[in-house]
This record gives sequence, C-alpha cells and structure tokens, in this order.
Amino acid sequence: MATLAVRRAPLGGFSFENCKRNSILESEASKVGFSVPTARKTGTTICGVVFKDGIVLGADTRATEGMVVADKNCSKIHYISPNIYCCGAGTAADTEMTTQIISSNLELHALSTGRQPRVATANRMLKQMLFRYQGYIGAALVLGGVDCNGPHLYSIYPHGSTDKLPYVTMGSGSLAAMAVFEDRYKTGMEEEEAKQLVRDAIAAGIFNDLGSGSNIDLCVITKGNVDYIRPHDEANKKGVRHGELEGVQLTGDYRYKRGTTAVLSKVVNPLDLELLEETVQTMDTS
Amino acid sequence: MNTRGLRSQLKDSVPVAGLCPQGSYGIQDSLRSGFTSVKNELLPSHPLELSEKNFVLNQDKMNFSTLRNIQGLHAPLKLQMEYRAARQIQRLPFLQSSNLALDTLRGSDDTIGFEDILSDPAQSETMGEPHMMVEYKLGLL
Repeated sequence: MATLAVRRAPLGGFSFENCKRNSILESEASKVGFSVPTARKTGTTICGVVFKDGIVLGADTRATEGMVVADKNCSKIHYISPNIYCCGAGTAADTEMTTQIISSNLELHALSTGRQPRVATANRMLKQMLFRYQGYIGAALVLGGVDCNGPHLYSIYPHGSTDKLPYVTMGSGSLAAMAVFEDRYKTGMEEEEAKQLVRDAIAAGIFNDLGSGSNIDLCVITKGNVDYIRPHDEANKKGVRHGELEGVQLTGDYRYKRGTTAVLSKVVNPLDLELLEETVQTMDTS
Repeated sequence: MNTRGLRSQLKDSVPVAGLCPQGSYGIQDSLRSGFTSVKNELLPSHPLELSEKNFVLNQDKMNFSTLRNIQGLHAPLKLQMEYRAARQIQRLPFLQSSNLALDTLRGSDDTIGFEDILSDPAQSETMGEPHMMVEYKLGLL
C-alpha cells in the first residue's frame, strides 16, 4: 500500500529533481562510452561600438551543437526595448530566455515609471539575474542602446560582472574581432565608418573562428531610430565557390563540347523495320 | 536586491530532509536518487538548489534589515505585520492561491522571473491529498 504524503506548496522556477539522476547517468554512460547530449551553443562573434550619434551592434549568424552547425542563419541580436538591443553569446536558449525576460521586465518598468527605459536599468536587471544563478545560465551579452543620457554600451559576463566601454566583443571569436577594434577604433566616428569597422570585426571572427560563420547582422541605434540590417553582408554563401564570384564557372558542368573527341571512322547500318500494327488510345481529358 | 552571495545563504538554509527515503512507497528510489549514502542525503543535488529554495526569504530578510538600518525599527515591524496579514489570505492547503496581496507588498507584481514561467505551481501534475493536507494544517495529524 502506498503511503500518503503531505507536501509543502510547490514553488515555481527551476526544478532540481533530476540533477542527481543526471549525474549518475552521466558517470555510468561515460564508463560505457556514450556521451550525454550537449546544449546548443552559439559559439559566436558579437561586438558593439559607440560612434558619434549612437551604437552599432554586430553579430554573426551561426549556431553550433558540438561539432555540427545547428542553425546557419540564427538571429543573435535580440530586442530589449525600442531603443535598446542586446547581442547574445553562449548557450542559445539561455540568451534567448534571459533577453526575453528582461525585455518584459523593462516594458513593465517603463509603463510604471512612464519614461523611456535606460540602458543602465537593463544592465542592472541582467547583472542581478545572472549573479543570482551563479553563472549556471550561460549567457554572455553585449547590451547597447541610446537613452536620454546618450549612447551606452555594456558587456555582461555569465557570472554577472559587467563592463561599460566604448567598444566590446564577446564569444569564441571575440579575440579576432577585438584585434580589428584595437587597430582601427577612433572616438567620434561617423556612421558609415563605424558600420564598416563592425563588419570587418565580425568578418575577422567568421573567417578565423570555427564557431562563427555565415552572415553578418548589424543593428544601428541612434536617438529615435533603429536600423536592424539582417543580413548586412553574406560573407559565406553556401554552394558558391570562391572563384565563381569573379564570373569563372567552377562548379558542376561535366558535359563536353561536341568535337572534343576526334572521330576516326564512321559506319552507318540502316535497320529495315516493318510497321505491323497501329493503335491510338485517346486520353480522357473531360 | 539579488546580490546576496551563495555562502551566506548556506548558513541560514532550511535543512534538507535527510534520513528518510525520498521515493514513494517509502524505500530508496535507486533509479532517481542513486544508491544511499550519507553524502547524498545531506548535500543538495545542485549547488543552486538551496539558494533558490530560500531566495525569496533571504531577499525579504535583507530588505528588512536594510530598512531597519535606514529608517529605524518601526518601519520593518509594520511591514512584517502586513506581510503576516497578507499571508493569511490563502485558499485551502491543497489549492494554489495567487498570493496577490503578498506580491503587491513585495513589489514583485510588476516583475517577471523564471519562477513565473517555469514549473508554474498552478499547472503541476501532482497534488497533495486534500484530507491529509487539511488535517496537517489544523494540527490533527
């Protein structure tokens, strides 16, 4: 006979019921040689830069799952509020859910205060949530926006530390992108110059890091206007070999022109065929 | 503020119910909790488990102590009286109540967190046995 139990009122939020079982299964499975499925990461290059009138955020579009590309064109620049956008690196689900929750919270906060939300508010909310979960939520973010105090750019690490800087990069391709920034960043750039700089930084990440690839997305935020350019540049087109860009046909045609092979001799044997029977079967086209 | 460190929360944590088997039928559920060991019973299965279980409590404690330091003893005392009153407005023990008054007092009625999205208690698949829960609450058990 089963025992009856009195249970305490359940709390919402994360449930840790299966953690023990999972760790046991993982250790057992590794003894036999299987490996536990891993979460889909974005293995990314994301970056942001402050220019004269606002912010330019850039991201690549590849999502990886171990050694396989899971999504060739995923969108890593997430909406937080009309004047604030956030790029996310790390575990794809974590960045997605975290930015959505903060976006909702910021909207409620803006309705309650009656003012346009500030980037520092979003930063504070993100940092407190990530610290609460002690880095187990693997979301590394680049947060940028323009509010009443001007343009602001923050980088937020999974454990909850933040940096407020004029140019930031995150993700597995961050070193490649940072190299481009360190070389060519100047204060007070124009919009086109800033877009070109971000495009080059993301391209450096795409070509030099295995975890980043496909297209370059840009988001230009200025006071009162947001330009979400997706894709800004298709750095790697699937199915197009590099040489074809110059008009030289490199792929796929294995037909030879008539006359490629020389004809040595030609013999023609006519076949005499008699017509035995002719039937016509009409199609029913009614 | 959610900035309390992990170590300080372990000190005033609610003790994990050790020494009594976790599964239904009263015996050790080997598939889910593995073999019995003292370490298994005492330690939480995930470093965040205790921290999350007591998060709201600790946050309240910290807010009250800050308030006491800034505004004196009466402010947190009055607020705690209101919390106690709000906590008494509940449905029967086995039903989920919305805690609206409590949320409004805490200021969490206009925030969304993981506790609102994941494992919503209003939609849990199991529920406590109604008679036992009421008897437990009335102290008849």
